[in-house]
Amino acid sequence: MPGIKEKGLALYRWLDRRLGFAKPVTEAAEHPIPANSASWWYVFGSAASVILMLQVVTGILLALVYTPTARDAWNSLNFLNHGLTLGWFLRALHGWGSDFMIAIVLIHMTQVFLFGAYKFPRELTWIVGVFLLLLTLGMAFTGQVLRFDQDAYWGLGIGASIMGRVPLIGAWLVHFMLGGPIIGATTFSRFFALHVFIIPGILIALVGVHVWMVLRLGINEWPMPGRLVRRSTYIQEYEAQTHQDGVPFVPDAAWKDVMFSAAILLAIMACAIFFGPIGPSGPPDPTIIQTAPKPDVAFLWIYAIFALAPPALETSLLLIAPVAVICVMLGLPLYAGEGEKHWSRRPVAVLMVCAIAVSLAILTSLGENPPWSPVMNAWSADPVQPKYLKDRTPLERRGAVVFQQMQCRNCHSLDGVGGKRGPELNRVATQMTESQLIRQVLQGSGNMPAYGSALSPQETTALVGFLETLNGNQMPARDLARPLAEGAPLAQPRQDGKQ
Amino acid sequence: MEDPLNHSIDDPSSDNPLNQPSEHSRRKFLFKVSLLLNGAVGAVLAAPVLGYLFGPFFKRNASYNNWVSVGTLDRFPPGETRLGKYRNPMGTPADGQTRTLPCWVRHIAGNRFQVFAINCAHMDCPVHWFPQSELFMCPCHGGVYYQDGSVAAGPPPRGLYEYKYKIAGNQLLIWAGELPTLSTEASVAGPGCASCQG
Ligand code: FES
Repeated sequence: MPGIKEKGLALYRWLDRRLGFAKPVTEAAEHPIPANSASWWYVFGSAASVILMLQVVTGILLALVYTPTARDAWNSLNFLNHGLTLGWFLRALHGWGSDFMIAIVLIHMTQVFLFGAYKFPRELTWIVGVFLLLLTLGMAFTGQVLRFDQDAYWGLGIGASIMGRVPLIGAWLVHFMLGGPIIGATTFSRFFALHVFIIPGILIALVGVHVWMVLRLGINEWPMPGRLVRRSTYIQEYEAQTHQDGVPFVPDAAWKDVMFSAAILLAIMACAIFFGPIGPSGPPDPTIIQTAPKPDVAFLWIYAIFALAPPALETSLLLIAPVAVICVMLGLPLYAGEGEKHWSRRPVAVLMVCAIAVSLAILTSLGENPPWSPVMNAWSADPVQPKYLKDRTPLERRGAVVFQQMQCRNCHSLDGVGGKRGPELNRVATQMTESQLIRQVLQGSGNMPAYGSALSPQETTALVGFLETLNGNQMPARDLARPLAEGAPLAQPRQDGKQ
Repeated sequence: MEDPLNHSIDDPSSDNPLNQPSEHSRRKFLFKVSLLLNGAVGAVLAAPVLGYLFGPFFKRNASYNNWVSVGTLDRFPPGETRLGKYRNPMGTPADGQTRTLPCWVRHIAGNRFQVFAINCAHMDCPVHWFPQSELFMCPCHGGVYYQDGSVAAGPPPRGLYEYKYKIAGNQLLIWAGELPTLSTEASVAGPGCASCQG
């Protein structure tokens, strides 16, 4: 149908005469890049922007139904999940999209770091990238608050308590964060404004700047060991490389970006379908205190650091470390703007990436299943196994009851069941003598409270008696001096014994 | 050192006669005046915006608090610690469920009470009371407090936050309204104050 084709072309020309987009867009798309940069390693940035688009679109679609008030948000999320056709799927896409976004941004950043792409002249591109990472995390945190459930409510409390540790202006910061003296409607509204207007606005603008600089300065060339970046010669070298040995970005490299983005979108959809939407958990009712608040995956490592840091260091760690880390990241290209780009000649950089990745992974997996949190219902939910009660004296059985009833189980496990806050008690009597056990129970120490006032002497004896039976075939620890103190002679009296 | 990037950017202003400043001194002046004027208008506009944003937060802490009831006295038998609930005195219907807040009420004996914030002094997680072991335990990082609110174990840097209370008729009232944190402590300063009455 030549008529339609011609009309279409005419319309296109009519539009382009007025808009003038065609030339700059084509130029940008076909700009030459070094041939070796058309690599699968260079696809993460574009994938992150594609996920951003997915987040914007799914976010707007959710906003059509979501009721942004502290009173109704939780109900409207449940309506989205259960009452609206495919509402759950949209929520799942948005939730998993956010997790993927953080992952891809981190991978992108690691790749850029290892390929030395932050060096001259792309310092500012990296710096803007650091802000993009922070904004992405900001979106994740505010998004978690908008899923206004129990975790969100107590998460806000944790945030406020961190603000409250800032010297001098702490109270002011708490009020500013909460939009008032306490978590309520105004708190919610400001997190809504942050998540929907403020952060996305800045994020999209900075993505524009970031991409503009990538186009303007050219994509990083594939680093070669020994080819050093010098401010005085780099631009000419890069231009020579792109012109002698360059390929147009579209289509030579772009097809990889497009394929990878499609794969990522498919993966997000698969997660959304198989794992479903994320939350909401219980309603944001502060009087329901049966909860152990935990942040989303992206923040589990921070949660773990706070739990593991020695209390004395905590406030300084909370307040100084984030600022220091951000400053180091921002300062990196200014400090190391020249020199070697290739990872094989930058062992410290590679080691750092490995160390950070391993620690993040360990901290996240600890945070997933936190050993430092008591299991609040273990004392009533996890019974003592029958084998520990068989053939025991009534006193020892009474000890088992004390063990459960006094919430010992919340922090101490038997056979791995129960809290992990304190040591497992299966072998404890092989390491501590009876009197040491009694002292530990009555006086506590460090992370263990003293039970002196809560236990009667009989209960203490029963409890320690029970603990002494948990060692299987091993003998309980004995105090060698005790028989002496009680007047009984040792089996073999020492030669040099005093009277 | 000069940024070598400077050389790679063409400077279009150098050979364009329209850009000679001498030709446009009056227009340039007027343009500068207009910029100044806009700056002034911007500043005038910024003042109320900043006031709107930050004004509410310069209030003194105590002004957020008020006497609120945590229930009738018979709900708190002597010698026991029970969960009390109060309405946020500054609350509005838009707060929904967050308007009603919990606290732990310890009736020592007679007219002596201790009212603790639900929030752990470590990071504001909700602490649970266990009457058997007479301990408050925190689900987050294992902070533990004795029945009088003092720290028994774990990371909390101080005892449980405590509210001032008074008895009015058969109601137990507390002086509350602010989320307790280390810099916005609840109404009683310091832990373990068993006889503080409002
Ligand atoms: S919040 Fe209670 S111990 Fe950390």
